[in-house]
Formats: sequence, C-alpha cells, structure tokens
Amino acid sequence: MSERVAIIGVGWAGYRPVSPEVSYKEWMYEAAVKAYADAGVDPRRDVDSFVTVAEDFIEGTSIFDEYVPDQLGAALKPVHTIGGDGLHGLATGYMLIRTGLANLVVVEGHSKASNVLTLPEITAYAQDPVLNRPLGLNTEFVAGLEMNRYLFETGTSLEQCAAVVVKNRRNALRNPLAPYGADLTLDEALEGPPLAWPLYHRHKSKHADGAIVMVLASGERAEVLSHQPIWILGMGWCNCAPSLESRDWNELRYIRKAANMAYQQAGIVQPNLVIDFAEIDDTYAYKELQHLEALGFCRVGEAGYLTEEGATEPEGELPVNVSGGSLGMGNLLDASGLARALEVVLQLRGEAGSRQLEEVEVGLAQSWRGVPTTSGAVAVMSH
Amino acid sequence: MAMRKVAVVGAGMTKFVRRAQETGKELAWHASRMALESCEMTLDDIEAVCLGTAPDSFDGVHMKAEYLSDGAGAWGKPFMRSYVGGGTGVFTPIQGWYHVASGLFDAVLVVCEEKMSSYYPHGQAAFMTIFDHTTERPLKPNLLWIFAMEMNRYMHTYGISKKDIAQVAVKNKRNAADHPCALLGDPEITVEDVLNSEVLAWPVNRLDVSPVSDGAVALVLAAEHVAKRITDKPVWIQGVGWNLDTAYWTNRELAYPRYVEYAARMAYEMAGIKEPRKEIHIVEPYDPFDYKECHHLEGLLLADRGQAPQLLADGVTLRDGAMPVCPSGGLLGVGNPIAAAGLMKVAELYWQLRGEAGARQVPGQPKRGLAQAWGDLMQVGTVIILGTNP
Repeated sequence: MSERVAIIGVGWAGYRPVSPEVSYKEWMYEAAVKAYADAGVDPRRDVDSFVTVAEDFIEGTSIFDEYVPDQLGAALKPVHTIGGDGLHGLATGYMLIRTGLANLVVVEGHSKASNVLTLPEITAYAQDPVLNRPLGLNTEFVAGLEMNRYLFETGTSLEQCAAVVVKNRRNALRNPLAPYGADLTLDEALEGPPLAWPLYHRHKSKHADGAIVMVLASGERAEVLSHQPIWILGMGWCNCAPSLESRDWNELRYIRKAANMAYQQAGIVQPNLVIDFAEIDDTYAYKELQHLEALGFCRVGEAGYLTEEGATEPEGELPVNVSGGSLGMGNLLDASGLARALEVVLQLRGEAGSRQLEEVEVGLAQSWRGVPTTSGAVAVMSH
Repeated sequence: MAMRKVAVVGAGMTKFVRRAQETGKELAWHASRMALESCEMTLDDIEAVCLGTAPDSFDGVHMKAEYLSDGAGAWGKPFMRSYVGGGTGVFTPIQGWYHVASGLFDAVLVVCEEKMSSYYPHGQAAFMTIFDHTTERPLKPNLLWIFAMEMNRYMHTYGISKKDIAQVAVKNKRNAADHPCALLGDPEITVEDVLNSEVLAWPVNRLDVSPVSDGAVALVLAAEHVAKRITDKPVWIQGVGWNLDTAYWTNRELAYPRYVEYAARMAYEMAGIKEPRKEIHIVEPYDPFDYKECHHLEGLLLADRGQAPQLLADGVTLRDGAMPVCPSGGLLGVGNPIAAAGLMKVAELYWQLRGEAGARQVPGQPKRGLAQAWGDLMQVGTVIILGTNP
C-alpha cells in the first residue's frame, strides 16, 4: 500500500459554449498532451492505469468506454470508465494508487454538451422510470422544488442566491478558461422569467465544452517526478435516495457524509479553520449555498448571509469558486468535478494568474451529479 | 509495504430469465440480500457499494446506476459504477478489490444487474449505437455480424470447423442443467442440435450464441481481519488484470485476443503464477458465443493458439476433466444478462472453491480458479484469480 497520493500533472482544453470544429477526441487529446507534458511522463511507457468518467446518453454512444484509449495514449493498457463525476474518477485513481498496484494513474473527464440536441430530455430520463417519469417532471422543475424548500426552511432570500450568481460570474472575468464572465448587478441576476419558480434563468449554469486530464502518482514517484506535487489529503463520496419521493428534501446527507469521509482521512475536525478556499458545485446558484452548509463551513441558513456579506469573495474569509464555478466557467457535465479540482491545484501551485489567492495551503473541491441524483463527492488537497 | 489482502465472503444470485417481472432495482435488491444473508451480514456492515451494469440504452434510463443505487444497498453509502462494456461483470469485483485494498473500506458489496428485456422488440437494437457514429454506424452493423466475422477469422486462421466449436455449446448447456438459476440448461443437447439451429449470421447459429436475459448477482468482499471473522472459508482475490485495446477494431488481428493475454499476464504476475496451465484448476472464461470460450482460453495462455477445441475433444475441459472450463454452464447455458453474467462466473469460482457448488462441483478440491470477461468492440479483457490461500 502507498498511503500518499499526489496530483503531479494537469492539462485542460476549452472551455467554450460551442466547439463545432473540435471533436471530443480532440479535446481529450489536447488536455492529455498538456497533462503529460506538465507531469513529465510518457503515457505509453510510464502510466500504469487510466480512468475516465462518462455517461452513454450524454455521449450519444452506448458502451462509450470503447472510444477512450486512443487519444489518451492508453491502447492496450489497463483502462476503465466510471459512470460518475470527475471527482469519482479522481477517487478511483486515488484508490488504485493506494492499493500499491499502480504508481501512476491518469484521470480524464470531458464535456461535449454542445453536441447534445436533447439535453433536457436526457436529464429527465434519469428519473425513476416507474414512479417518477410518468409525472412528466423536467429537470429545472425538480431543481425549483428543491430551491423553494431550501428558501422556505432556511429563510434564505432570492437576493442571497442572486449574490452567488453575481460573485461567480464576476470571478470568471479573471479566469481565461471561463466563457461566462460578466459584471452583473443583483437585479440583473433576477431578470427574466423564472425557469421554474423560484429558479431564475441566470441562477442556472450554462453548459460548456472542454476536457480535463490529471496525472496522479504515489508518494514515492511524486517526489521524484514533481517539484510541486499537490497531495490528496482525503476523498469522500456518497449517494442517498435516487427517487424523488423517498429522499429527504431538506437535508444533503450525501454531501455531509462525503465531506466527513474526506475530512476523516485528512484529519480535519473543523473545516473552516483548516480549509483556505473551496471550489463548490454551483450547477444552480442555491446549490452553492446548500453545499457550503452541508460541507460544514457554516450552519444551515447562514450561507446566504455570508455570501451577501462578501465572506466568499476572493478577498473574503473563505473564497468560494474563485474560478467562476459552473456559473462562470460553464457546466462541464461529468467533467465539472475535475474543473473544480483543477482550480484547487492551480491555486495551490500559485499558478492561478490574476485570480491567485495569497497564502493558501489547503483547498477543497466538491461535486454533485445534478438532478435527479443524490450523488456527491469531495476532495481535500494541499501542497 | 505488502498489498492488503481481500477475500470474497458471500455470494447471491437471482435466476437468469428471459423476462423478469421485477424491475432492475428489485433484481439488484434480491441478489444483494441473498449475498448478505449467505454470510449473515446486514447492510449496516457494508461500507461501500460497487455496481456493474451494461448500457443505459437497455433500460432507457440515463445514469442507470444512480437509479439502481438504492436497490443495490447504496443508500447513504459511497457508491460508484464501473464500466468496461461486456467486461464489466468481471471488472466490478476488481473495483471492489481496489476499494478494500486501498485501505479506505473493510467490507464492500459488489452488485451486477442487467435487465435486457425492457428493450422492445429486442436488445440487439441497443447495440446499434455502440459503433463509431461517423465511420461505422452508416453501415448498420450489429454485434452478431461483427462477432461472426471474428469467429470466421478464428476458424479460417487455424482450420477449425463449426462442429469443433459447437462442442463448446453442448458442454456448457449440459453443465448448466445442474445450475438452479440457469435459463438454457439442457442435459440432452447434441452437436447436431447446434449445427441444425437456424443461422443468424454465418457462421453463428442460434445455439452458438447465449440468450438475452435478465438477472442479478452480488458478492460481499472483505479485508483480511473482517473476512476471518465472518467465515472460516474465505476465498481470496489473488490477482486482477484488465486491458483495453484501440477502438479501431477493424485494424485488429481478430484471430487472437492480445488484450486478454495482457490482462491475464497482469493478473498472473500479481498472483505469482508462472505456469498458468498447472496452477489454475478451474476456468470460467467468457462464453457469450461458443467460439469465444476457445478464443479466450488461448488468450489466457491456457491453450496453444488454435488448439483450444482439441482440449475439449480430449475431455480436458469437461467438468470432470483435468482443467474444467465453465463448470457453471457459462453464458451459453446459464444465460447472459451482461454484467450479471460476468459476476456469475466469479460467484461460481467462489462456490466451487468452497466446495458448495452442489451438482456442479468439480472433483478434486480445486485450490485456484480464474474468471474472465470480454467486451466493447472485441477490445477489452478483464481477469480475476481467486484461491483458497491468501
């Protein structure tokens, strides 16, 4: 067993709202080549195992894992796919290295959302086909229900949710990867008809195309190969009820459990004392607030006030989504968790350019697989 | 530091049937419950769940594993779905292995479920969407068609006859007659029955291929200190291997599955196996088609190239032969609910190595067995080696 695992190379391609001239294979190739160069490794010679994250319906191809190896340099190598988010992929690489079977593992995630003509129909097809689908609920309607319940239970206001939109899209202006940077007012964030009340259309992240590749190494190899390894201190993931009628709408138990699992491995008792910044799922603006509370950064009902007061701004006490998050960078489907993790790596390395935070030692990345899932993952990292 | 030892301590399996009345979620629940009961554990003892299930298009459910998760016992637990096409059934226990061997978990439930009958009129149509959207789909290939090409290539390269290969279907369907969960067990079947069944895509006749089925299988995996508390007969995971070849299958030499060999070599190295033909006592290679059993025995280095049919003719691979192959009845006899069929093979090794295989029990107290699955575009091999010694 190798207890210590580090990220020693990262590569990315994108992100763009549409990319008609690039195939998903070309996005993957570009990100992979950059990650291998960053880590100084040769995929054919050095890498022991490859992990990708993907879902068939999104790709438009059944058994999508067939089309993974070539552009990653992984043909005739141990490769497998995880039907999960990028952080599930990262957790898989983390486990493979910890077993001692692999020293170097590559993790890949990508999005070609612009190719999907029927994304709302596909995401609605994730609902329980027997008990939920006959109700004809679309994805935004379910998100609106959850948001309404959250506002009701916690007293969080629409303006507090809008403050997340304003912050993240403004943060994105300083991120060259982010296509959705904007300088909005609170009123503008609440403009237009709601998608499903109280979810306004600017509270939902728009999709983007791109790919992210990371190279993970055992402690021994990381110290030889990298002068700046980013250590994975803990990883957690959890699921709760998939069906709409059997879940607790008032509590994100899966995020809380995933966080506790990661904190336990990292030896963290009070996350807000140890963690310097966080990249948190903001598929919808209210989710950032819900997730902040479930991750234990504040009490339930406080996240809206903290956001309003600026505590989660880049210069605040706990910078959240300095990258711009999904609202600013675009929702990268199952690659979103890797986009969160990528920002954590860049910040910890001091390579985040004009959005670089000062003196950060420990960062957290968190993902959620979207409606209708109760599936989330958490990674805690440090330099 | 040495690798953490991982054992299989429980197994459960539903009947494999043509059209299950249960939903996929219920099938997963039945298998999980049986696996837990077999080792007197409850869900409270399980720390994480690994799920295997093949294409979402069978069920028409996006993110199918999320839907199946609570049926598989994952409510409130770390849960992941791994995926390597047809190789998934043998990969999912490998995924369970790395969950435990990583040191993060001590007890993990591994569940594989497949419900192919939801697809109307036939699950084959779901496979039309596995091909490259630009270069292949316009040709409208289907799976039978490309595997018929591979079978033809295998027969042509080594001068093997359809009759030699049909013997495999006869052996496996006869073996399956002793399996209480089997869909197509038949103690009376003959080579003539196989050769006279209708041609689907030459040289594949209907009885050369395994049936579309519904079913689920589950295993309980545990770390050494937990396993020894649960049972005095843990079955240890000694080796794992997997390998994925290029997506450009049209450029591949189809007579020999090199990716299976690489996966096998990875598993042999981990298990410390130098002479697989002497050190492996039971083999459960993937047999969705009868020629695949031969093809895979060669890829696994358990037969010389082109010589696997001769092993059967010599009686070596019969249940009471020197190296029993598919004593369960395999996919050809028990059925082929894709991911569940692969895990069925691993469950068979578990029962055989514990001496609990009933009428299927191979003689001579076997100590070590190998299960293998195959999938994607004739592209992936997954191998697991179980044994009675840690």
